Amino acid sequence: MNVELIYSVATLGLIGSVSAVILYFVAQKFKVIEDPRIDQVQEVLPSANCGGCGFAGCRAFAEALVMQGGEKGNLDGLKCPVGGNDVMAQVAGILGLTVEQQDPVIAVVRCNGSFANSPKKVIFEGATSCVFAHNLFAGEGGCPYGCLGLGDCVKVCNFDAIDIDKATGLPVVNEKCVACGACVTACPRKIIELRPKGKKDRRIFVSCVNQEKGGPAKKNCAVACIGCGKCVKVCAFDAITLLNNLAYIDPLKCRLCRKCAPECPTGAIHELNFPQKKETLATEINKTGSRNEALTEKVSEPAMTPDSKSGNNNGGISNET
Amino acid sequence: MLKTFKTGGVHPPENKITEKQAIKVLPVPAIVYIPFSQHLGAPAKVLVAKGDKVKAGQLIAKGEAFISANIHSSVSGKVQKIDEVIETSGYRKPSVIIEVEGDVWDESIDRSDRISKDIILSQKEIIKRINEMGVVGLGGATFPSHVKLMVPEGKKAELLIINGVECEPYLTSDHRLMLEKGEEILVGTQILMIALGVSKAMIGIENNKPDAIAHLTELAKNFNGIQVHGLKVKYPQGAEKQLIKALVNREVPSGKLPIEVGAVVHNAGTSFAVYEAVQKNKPLFERVVTITGKSVKNPGNFLVRIGTPVSDLIAASGGLPEDTGKIIGGGPMMGKALVSPEVPIVKGTSGILIMNREESGRQELKNCIRCGKCITVCPMGLEPWLLEKLVINENFEKAEAEKIVDCMECGSCHYTCPSKRPLLDYIRFGKGKVLQIIRTRNK
Amino acid sequence: MNLLTVSGSPHVFNDTSVSKIMWGVVIAMIPATLVSFWYFGLGGIIITLSAVIFCVLIEYLVQRYLLKEAPSVKDGSAVITGILLAFNVPSNLPVWELLIGCIVAIAIAKMSFGGLGKNPFNPALIGRVFMLISFPVDMTSWPLPVTNRMVLTDAVTGPTTLGILKEGLANGETVSQISSQLPAYQQMFMGDIGGSLGEVSALALIIGGLFMLYKKIITWHIPVSFMLSVFMFSGILYLTDPEHYIDPVFHLLAGGLMLGAIFMATDMVTSPMTYKGMIIFGTGCGILTVLIRVFGAYPEGVSFAILIMNACVPLINRGFKPKRFGEVVKNG
Repeated sequence: MNVELIYSVATLGLIGSVSAVILYFVAQKFKVIEDPRIDQVQEVLPSANCGGCGFAGCRAFAEALVMQGGEKGNLDGLKCPVGGNDVMAQVAGILGLTVEQQDPVIAVVRCNGSFANSPKKVIFEGATSCVFAHNLFAGEGGCPYGCLGLGDCVKVCNFDAIDIDKATGLPVVNEKCVACGACVTACPRKIIELRPKGKKDRRIFVSCVNQEKGGPAKKNCAVACIGCGKCVKVCAFDAITLLNNLAYIDPLKCRLCRKCAPECPTGAIHELNFPQKKETLATEINKTGSRNEALTEKVSEPAMTPDSKSGNNNGGISNET
Repeated sequence: MLKTFKTGGVHPPENKITEKQAIKVLPVPAIVYIPFSQHLGAPAKVLVAKGDKVKAGQLIAKGEAFISANIHSSVSGKVQKIDEVIETSGYRKPSVIIEVEGDVWDESIDRSDRISKDIILSQKEIIKRINEMGVVGLGGATFPSHVKLMVPEGKKAELLIINGVECEPYLTSDHRLMLEKGEEILVGTQILMIALGVSKAMIGIENNKPDAIAHLTELAKNFNGIQVHGLKVKYPQGAEKQLIKALVNREVPSGKLPIEVGAVVHNAGTSFAVYEAVQKNKPLFERVVTITGKSVKNPGNFLVRIGTPVSDLIAASGGLPEDTGKIIGGGPMMGKALVSPEVPIVKGTSGILIMNREESGRQELKNCIRCGKCITVCPMGLEPWLLEKLVINENFEKAEAEKIVDCMECGSCHYTCPSKRPLLDYIRFGKGKVLQIIRTRNK
Repeated sequence: MNLLTVSGSPHVFNDTSVSKIMWGVVIAMIPATLVSFWYFGLGGIIITLSAVIFCVLIEYLVQRYLLKEAPSVKDGSAVITGILLAFNVPSNLPVWELLIGCIVAIAIAKMSFGGLGKNPFNPALIGRVFMLISFPVDMTSWPLPVTNRMVLTDAVTGPTTLGILKEGLANGETVSQISSQLPAYQQMFMGDIGGSLGEVSALALIIGGLFMLYKKIITWHIPVSFMLSVFMFSGILYLTDPEHYIDPVFHLLAGGLMLGAIFMATDMVTSPMTYKGMIIFGTGCGILTVLIRVFGAYPEGVSFAILIMNACVPLINRGFKPKRFGEVVKNG
C-alpha cells in the first residue's frame, strides 16, 4: 500500500483525536449550568418576542420568571400579556407556584378627534412619523393633545391589531390585540391606554386626553373633554377624577353603571359593547365618527367574518354613517 | 478670491426682493401677545398681573435661570390677562396679553436720535445691562446674549465675529439694518469687544450686499480693531461654525462651542440691540422683520413691536395673497411654518415669508438613487442618506456613531435631493431621539 | 380660505429631479448614438431602437403586472439602460438575443432588487455580460464600419483592435509586428473601427461626458481616476517591455474603456457616494481592466472590472466616509 496514504490518514486521525480531547475539556471548563426549567418555561411562552412583559424577549422573560420564582416564591408583577392567564398558570405549574388570575386588558384609543369632529386647520407634509409631527406642531386639527394619525402605533404592532381608519384618521384596535403595550409606548401623546377588557368586552372611558381649558379644547374638537365635572358629580362610586381639566375613569372602580355617559355635554365618554338604550340610540348615532364605536358594532355582531380586517372596519363604518 | 467655508454648502436662489426697501415703522397694534419664552432656555417668570398698567419697556417677566432672558412690555397699556396663546407650532404657551393704550415709554429710555459713541460702562456693567435688557441672539437661535459674553473659565476669547451674512434667501432685515444703522452696529460691536475683552472684531458680509460692505468698511475706518470682510455667497454661511471657518479658517470641534477656538459670534442685529440696550437704555422690545414673498403686494422691512400678531404685519404689506400655501416665520431654509397668521412675532422672528401653493408643496418622493449629492452639500460632512436610513430602521446607536447630533438642520440635503426625500425630517426626528438617549445615559 | 401647509424646514427645493438627471444622461449619449448610426448604418439604428423599446416595455410590464406598482418608466432610467445595452453589442446581433439581454438587464438586474436606486450592479452591464457568456460567437464578431448605410447586409466582420492584439500576442508575435494590422489612433479616436455600437468613437463619448460634467450629473472623479489608472498601469507595463506590452494611449482608445469610464462606471446607483470613494472605485476599475486585458483570457475587461468594483461599493461607502466637520484629529 502507498505509504503516503497511510501517513495522511494517520496524521489527520491524530489531529482529529487531539482536537476532540481538547474540545471535550474546554466544553467541560466553560460549561454553563442553566436551570432546565428556563427551557420548559420558554416552551410554554408564546414566542412572540413582543416585549410586552417588559423584557427583551421571551427567553429573557423566562429567565426572569425562573429567577424571581426561585427567589421570592411568587410571580407578582410578571405577566405575559399575550398568553394571558392560561400561559401564566402553566408557567406557575412548571415552577410549582400559584399565580393570581388577572383581568385581561386591551389597548384603548382615547381620542375621537376624527376629521369630522376636529376639522383640519392646516395640512401637514413630511415624514410619516407621529414623533416627528409631534415635535413640529400641534396637529392638523389644532389639538395639541390629540391623535396625529400618522400611525406610529400601527408600525410597532406585531399582531396586526391596530390600524388607521382612513375615514376618520384615527387608529382602531381590533380583537387581535394582546395588550403587549407597544403602541402605548410608541404614541408620543400617550393617547393609548391599556384598560381591562371588561365583562362581555364592555368598557366605559373618556375618549379624550386634552388638558386645555374648555374653550380652547372645544374650539379645536367638538368631542373634547372640557373638564366640566358633570360626570364626576353623577358617579356614585368615586371612579371619576378631574385633573388638569380632564376627566379620567378609573377602570378598577368603575362599575359600568352608565350614568356618566349621557351627562357628558360633548359626548367625550364612550360606552363600548353595551346594548343600545332605546332613548339614546338616535343621539348616539349622531355623535359617531368614532372608530371605537365602530368596534362596538363589530364585536357585538355575532356573524362577524373573521377574515379581511379592512372589510370589517369598513363594515363597521358604513353601519355608523 | 473671496473667502468661504470649504465643506458642502448650496446656493439657493437669493430672491432678496426687499433689499432696496428702507425700514418702515409698523404702527403700534391694538393688542399684543408676549410669550414668556422667546429665547432658548428656561421661560421667564411673570411679574405683572391682570389689570396692571404697563409702559413700553417695562419689565414684565424676569429670566431667573442662568440661561434665560428678561421680557419687557413692547407697548403701553393694560394687562388684559395672562393666558396661554398659540405660538408658531400651534402649541399654547403662557403669554401676557396687553391691550394697547397710547404709546408711553419708560422714562429711562433715551429716545433721541443722537448716536452716542462714548462707552462709559465697564465690562461687568455691560454684561449686566445686556442681561437686564433681555437681549438675545436675533439671528434666529435666540440664545441669551449675556451668556455668550461670559467666557467660561479656562477659555480665552481672542476674536469677536459679527455675523452680517444673512445667508437665508428672501430675508433682508440685517442687510437694511447694516445700511441704515451702520454706525450703531459698529458702536455695538465695540461694546461687545469690551465685554469680551478682545481687541479684534471681524464683520462677515456676503458679497451679494456690496452696498453694506462698502458702507461698513467706510465707517469702520473710525473704529479701532474692526475689520469688514466680504464673503462668497454660499448657504449656510451664517451658521456660527461655518462663519468662523470661512473668516479665520478654524474648525470648532464637534460638540463644542465656538469659544473653543477663541471666537464668539454675534449677529449684526444683536449688535444693534446691544447698542440700544447699553447706550440708550432701551430693552429689546422691537426688531426689524422682513415681510416678503413672490405674491406679496408690498413686501418690505418693518420695525415691529414684539408680540404684534403676524396678521397685522401681513395687513401692512397689502394683505394675505389669495394663493397663499404656507406662511413661514424666518427664511425658507430654516424657518418654521406657521399654523395660523394669528401667532405673535417674537424676538427670534427675522422675517415672515409668504409662499404660494405652488412653491410650498413638496414633490413626490422617489427611491434614493445614491447620487451622493446630500453628502457633497452637507456643511458638517455627514451622510444624510445614511442617517435617514438608520432613523427609519430605528438604529439610533449607529446614527449616534455617525454624528447625527452634529447636524445643525440647515436643510441643504433636503434642498438638493433629486429624489425629494425628506432627509431633514428624519434626521431631526432621529437627532431628538439620540439626544434623549444620551440624556438618559448621562443620568 | 385655503388651509395653510405645515412642514419641517427647508421650504424651498432645488429644481433637479431624478428624471431630469436621467434624461440628461440620455442627451449626453446622443453624439455617440449618432456616430454609431453613421458607421454601422441601419443595423445600428435597429439595435438601438429595439433595445430601448424592449427595456422600457419590460420595466413597464414588470411594474404593472408583477410588482403591481405605479410604473415609473417616465423617469428615463430604462431608456438609459436600453441605449447602454445597445452601445455594448455588435450591430449585427440577432434581435432575439438582444431581447434576452434586455430581460436580464431590467427584470433581473434591476427590478428584482427593487427598481431604480436599489440595484447593486449596473443593469446594462449585467445584460451585456449575460449575453457575452451565452452567445459568445455572436457577441464577439464585430462588423466593420459599413459603406452603404441604408441596406442591411451581411457586413464584413472582424475582430476588434483588442482582439487583434490579444491573438497576435498569443501567437508569439511582438507588438511592433502586430501594430501594422492595428488602425491608426486617429481612426480610433473618431470611431472608424470595428467594435460595439457605442464604444468606437472616443470623441463622441468625451463630448457626452463633458456635457454631463457641465450639467453636474457626474463629477470628474470616476472617469479621470479610471482613465488615469489605466494609463499609468499600462504605461508601467509598456516601459518594462515595449515589445510585449502595447503603449498606454492604445489602451485608452481601444475597446469600451471610454464608454465604461464615462457612462457605465459613473452610474450613480452603483458607484460610491463620496469623492474619496469615487477615486478608489475608478482606480480599482482601471487596474482590473488592464489586468484582464493583459493577463486575462478575454481581450476586453471593462465590463467585468466595473461589475467587480460595483460589488465593492457598499464596502467603499462604509470605509471612505466624508471628513466630518470639526472632527477631533487624534495626536493633534
